[in-house]
Amino acid sequence: MPPTPNAGATAPERIRNFCIIAHIDHGKSTLADRMLQLTEVVDARQMRAQYLDRMDIERERGITIKSQAVRMPWRVREGGRVGEDSVLNMIDTPGHVDFTYEVSRSLAACEGAVLLVDAAQGIEAQTLANLYLALENDLTIIPVLNKIDLPAAQPDKYAEELAHLIGCQPEDCLRVSGKTGEGVSHLLDEIVRQIPAPVGDAQAPARAMIFDSVYDVYRGVVTYVRVIDGRIEARDRIKMMSTGAVHELLEIGVISPEPIKGQGLGVGEVGYLMTGVKDVRQSRVGDTVTINTRPATEALGGYKDPKPMVYSGLYPIDGSDYPDLRDALDKLKLNDAALSYEPETSAALGFGFRCGFLGLLHLEIIRERLEREFDLDLISTSPNVVYRVNLEDGGEVTVTNPSEYPSGKVAQVFEPIVRATVLTPNDYVGAVMELCQGRRGTLQGMDYLSADRVELRYTLPLAEIIFDFFDQLKSRTKGYASLDYEPSGEQQADLVKVDILLHGEPVDAFSAIVHKDKAYNYGVAIAAKLRSLIPRQQFEVPIQAAIGNRVIARETIRAIRKDVLAKCYGGDITRKRKLLEKQKEGKKRMKMVGRVEVPQEAFIAALSTSDGGADQRGTGKK
Amino acid sequence: MPADGELPAEAVADVGARGFGVYVHVPFCASRCGYCDFNTYTAGEGVDPAGYADTVLTELALAGRVLGGSVPRVDTVFFGGGTPTLLPPGELGRILEGIDRTWGLAADAEVTTEANPESVTPASLAQLRRAGFTRISLGMQSTAAHVLRVLDRRHSPGRAAAAAAEARDAGFEHVNLDLIYGTPGETSADFSGSLTAALDAGVDHVSAYALIVEDGTRLAARMRRGELPYPDDDVAADRYLAADYALSGAGLDWYEVSNWAASEAGRCRHNLVYWTGGDWWGLGPGAHSHVGGVRWWNVKHPGTYAGRLAEGRSPGHGRELLTAQERQVEDVMLRLRLVDGLPLSTLDDAGREAAGRALADGLLDPERFDRGRAVLTLRGRLLADAVIRDLLP
Repeated sequence: MPPTPNAGATAPERIRNFCIIAHIDHGKSTLADRMLQLTEVVDARQMRAQYLDRMDIERERGITIKSQAVRMPWRVREGGRVGEDSVLNMIDTPGHVDFTYEVSRSLAACEGAVLLVDAAQGIEAQTLANLYLALENDLTIIPVLNKIDLPAAQPDKYAEELAHLIGCQPEDCLRVSGKTGEGVSHLLDEIVRQIPAPVGDAQAPARAMIFDSVYDVYRGVVTYVRVIDGRIEARDRIKMMSTGAVHELLEIGVISPEPIKGQGLGVGEVGYLMTGVKDVRQSRVGDTVTINTRPATEALGGYKDPKPMVYSGLYPIDGSDYPDLRDALDKLKLNDAALSYEPETSAALGFGFRCGFLGLLHLEIIRERLEREFDLDLISTSPNVVYRVNLEDGGEVTVTNPSEYPSGKVAQVFEPIVRATVLTPNDYVGAVMELCQGRRGTLQGMDYLSADRVELRYTLPLAEIIFDFFDQLKSRTKGYASLDYEPSGEQQADLVKVDILLHGEPVDAFSAIVHKDKAYNYGVAIAAKLRSLIPRQQFEVPIQAAIGNRVIARETIRAIRKDVLAKCYGGDITRKRKLLEKQKEGKKRMKMVGRVEVPQEAFIAALSTSDGGADQRGTGKK
Repeated sequence: MPADGELPAEAVADVGARGFGVYVHVPFCASRCGYCDFNTYTAGEGVDPAGYADTVLTELALAGRVLGGSVPRVDTVFFGGGTPTLLPPGELGRILEGIDRTWGLAADAEVTTEANPESVTPASLAQLRRAGFTRISLGMQSTAAHVLRVLDRRHSPGRAAAAAAEARDAGFEHVNLDLIYGTPGETSADFSGSLTAALDAGVDHVSAYALIVEDGTRLAARMRRGELPYPDDDVAADRYLAADYALSGAGLDWYEVSNWAASEAGRCRHNLVYWTGGDWWGLGPGAHSHVGGVRWWNVKHPGTYAGRLAEGRSPGHGRELLTAQERQVEDVMLRLRLVDGLPLSTLDDAGREAAGRALADGLLDPERFDRGRAVLTLRGRLLADAVIRDLLP
């Protein structure tokens, strides 16, 4: 094992900062594991599969939610610069569409990227999007085909594809197997040879970019930074440039792959800071860290406040769990600067929270963590996007919940749109186009990546994507198509609010803002679903879907005619009483909508089947 | 449950104040019907009717010790099953004599036995009458052969009415026919036919029960396998309306949700003891008893039952001492099903408010309501459980 240059005292020219861009199941974590072993920062005994993916959910879904940075010493083994000692900082990137901003910050911390593609599957839409992001950041790209050990691998075919995409020669693509370790040592050598060393002004006031910020129960917030200029010393007081907040530095160091405390971090180095703050909002991704005694005057560019794109109501199934849900959200917030929530009351679902998320996966992850780590049973309402509504009197309203949609006097409504990229085998181009057009998409362009793979670029309303789009895309392309999208402003649209009325009373949980042309279908579908889920009452119950006062769909729950135990029970009064008490107990759990008794299960069933959030569950490895 | 069957003194103190009945369970059947979940056994299950009367008399002796001399008299006796008439009339008579010896039968006591139509003859009926039985309840169920087949009933379609006629000839003033409606395959014409046959038989009491599919029965298994359709509540409602129309048209008025009688004298007084908070001792395996707010029930298996008694122990398996709240729940649950209903004054404020809503919905009778009672209308009877749930605290 080569001597490890001291953290905080490594010459920039020895440092290589890189990340791995890969699709969800293309083997990034396995490759990272091999690198940890080859560089001997983790021995075989300590090695556990996918060392870097810490959270259970990440491990189970096979996706990385939060990035980390690992420092690995490496001595070039073969070819040019053989024997040269260097320090590789591998910055792991989150691998999902909702976390584009985090990905962009991770990329900004690097000089190069390994573009890792499954040699049996070729590049996927999301990888392509991140590749473009890396190219925009002027990163050096090393194309690598993984899983060459697989019988189905077609490295020649996909090497062509990669070469075409990044403008290199097919033979420039490295070939590795994370599983067997083949080619990994050569890849590490190439990282040293191809990726430029970081360049910065060591004499300038310190500037370091935060690319990740993680809350730890024992240590508080751990902030991951890449130093651009100057130097941060262990004894410094640091300053967050977006807020001006100053914090005592409790610890500084590097991860290799466990934290190693050090004296400081210099130009080009990657490491962690601990200040004792308890909330990641005080240490935000993209922000610039400087030192208080000699602060930089200009922050590094690119900082953005995380902005929720998708909202959903989260309600405890058992109303008495509400305080637990609040506490759980308070805890998750410490580690998630993008999560926002405020109390909300629903006539149908009781007390809960309106929560804002970066996207659907973010919603799913939060919900799953609440259920798993905090043992809560939750129901989430159909997710919706944020609308900007201009009123006739010149006022403007931002709507994150259909119940806030103004009634009447609406001049214009604007909805968020996204630029979406779909990669599909050319056999399914028609199917994908049909889907996108059905979802109010506008074709922006189409390119052949290779003879049989096509990249389609669409502008789509975000609202159309969060409602079972991904599922539909997968099912219409036999699972072959992949999707990526990024926010792309807003457009005016012909939108209406559809209310669902039960026996004349609106049921807030089912109100939705939908395109005018789809209102009828939505109304019919929800009304029919509710009719099948709500038990018959003593009176006839109409279910109506309405836009304002205009009813667009109607179903009727017939009145129940018999609710009496007409059996000879003899002297067993006890059984009869117990049965009645049980029914009475069941009645207490009913939600009253006006005079209609609705079992909460009916709301849950109706909401969970129309819950677009469930659609992306399938994106992880199983 | 104490081994000697002892009851709290305060429960025994007032025994019989609201009537005292004796129930005798006879847990034997010639064959088990597919819909039946009662505590009954066939010969193939190693249970022997021989000696059964003596076992029951042993429990009766224990009952005599537990209640002492506090029982004023026996108002009603009811032999149920199972099929009580699988025991020879002499054996049933011996048990009845024992009850009379222990506590004394009132001069006008109602003494009923259930019977399957095929298990009685003019001779056996005459013997029962001589033994002191005053009332007989026959399981007619239906007059449609295909319905009887689905129910596994052994008698022919005409047999129940014939047995009723034989009972009247033998001197039984009070005869009941049980009907079951809503059996898979039963048409409205089938059920009208059954009603007409029951009325033509000249009985003074008819019970009509909806077919209830109980878990664990052969019928439930057949439905689960898709061999038979599940009963439909709307059909059951139609049948109930048909029953009430036909029976009341023939002069049999409802006095409980599932029971109709030609006169007040024709009502089953024994069941009314159950429904109006009276006391009774249930003899036999699985039998339930109630004395002064204590409910208990015997072990279910006839062998275990006999074994307990042979050891000189109570056959009681479990019991509960009703709280005031539970007594209130039972009172509402049972009385609201009766033609005299429930005094509104027994309800709490929320209950009275709920009664007001039920009135507005046409489920309670307005005239009776004005006079302070909650009495179900015809539609209210069909939704009785919903009204009860609303009225309860």
